[in-house]
Amino acid sequence: MWAIALLVFREVLEAALIVSVVAAATRGVRQRGLFIGGGIALGVVGAALVAWSADWLAAAVSGAGQEVFNAGVLLAAVLMIGWHVVWMSSHGRELSRQMQAMGSAVKAGASSMVMLLAVVALAVLREGSEIVLFLFGMRAGGADHLWAGLSVGVVAGAALGYALYAGLLRIPLRHFFSATNAMLVLLAAGLASTAARYLIQANIVPALGYRLWDSSWLLANGSLPGQAAHVLVGYDAQPAGMQMLFFAATLLLLWSGARWARGHAGAAVAKRALPDGLGQPAQ
Amino acid sequence: MKYTGSIAFGVLLSIATSGLAVAAESQDYTLVLQDHRYQPTELHIPADTRVKLEVINKDPSPEEFESNDFPAEKIVMPKSSATLFVGPLKAGRYHFFGDFHQPTAQGTLIVE
Repeated sequence: MWAIALLVFREVLEAALIVSVVAAATRGVRQRGLFIGGGIALGVVGAALVAWSADWLAAAVSGAGQEVFNAGVLLAAVLMIGWHVVWMSSHGRELSRQMQAMGSAVKAGASSMVMLLAVVALAVLREGSEIVLFLFGMRAGGADHLWAGLSVGVVAGAALGYALYAGLLRIPLRHFFSATNAMLVLLAAGLASTAARYLIQANIVPALGYRLWDSSWLLANGSLPGQAAHVLVGYDAQPAGMQMLFFAATLLLLWSGARWARGHAGAAVAKRALPDGLGQPAQ
Repeated sequence: MKYTGSIAFGVLLSIATSGLAVAAESQDYTLVLQDHRYQPTELHIPADTRVKLEVINKDPSPEEFESNDFPAEKIVMPKSSATLFVGPLKAGRYHFFGDFHQPTAQGTLIVE
């Protein structure tokens, strides 16, 4: 049972960490429970579908289907996080001001929320499909305590994810959205780096240096902290050059996109404030 | 600032597409999975060479070929095979395993 629980735990943890950051980043948004719950449900259905088509996927793209699919899912998540981060840069300040003023739920952009729902769904789909395949194999092999192992793994993984969420909520409201936005950017950069890793494995992109360094002695990929760092900030003990390039390009793109959006939002606010803002007391 | 993003994206895209031409000069090696064990348990490959590795799964359940010592992560479906590219690695011993059957599916790459 423990072998089953451990594998399930590791897969659930990866998805749970991503869901936690998304949940924190949407703090105070009306109906976000529905969006996140919907994302998880969609992800579970997607995981079953992916596992079901795993044979087809394995043969696709002359044997590189798995790598192409994984990289595609990861890069799609990067794009969606990017959309949200840019959107938040133009609305985040307004959002946290509203929250401080009313102490209650605010309305966020529907498109931005749908993007985050998709990010949650994709995270659950990717990790979940491995769990489904694993359990399928275990069941075929007649393993004992399958459901017990699954439950323990899911509960433990989700609990650790929740702990991260609870920790994030302790960040003061004034800095909250800058902090969660920064975490989302790092998360996206890490996902992009993992996508590069898959593409290198399939020889679709060059590695640009197979092993820039090896910090396994400090923090190994296979260790639990290493795995958590891998999800949250894209840590890899033996990164290839192309992974670094994907990581840096994502950071640069999202950072410049957010700056651009902030500039635009500032200009729009100034324009709006001029006519009726005259003579009014400053708020 | 507006164009920084699109330039970075363009650079990324051109590098990605130029990579499509990479590869080819790699040697082929085979691992067989049976009863959730790797055969051979020690596979010898040359140092500083990118090798094409075929993992054949003769078991009725899926397996994931994986390592923490070198980048590798690929699912091998039941009664099926999967290929991936490994290395180039420096001389040494590199551990790999089957993620779905870790008690038995263990092996080592001997790079020399």
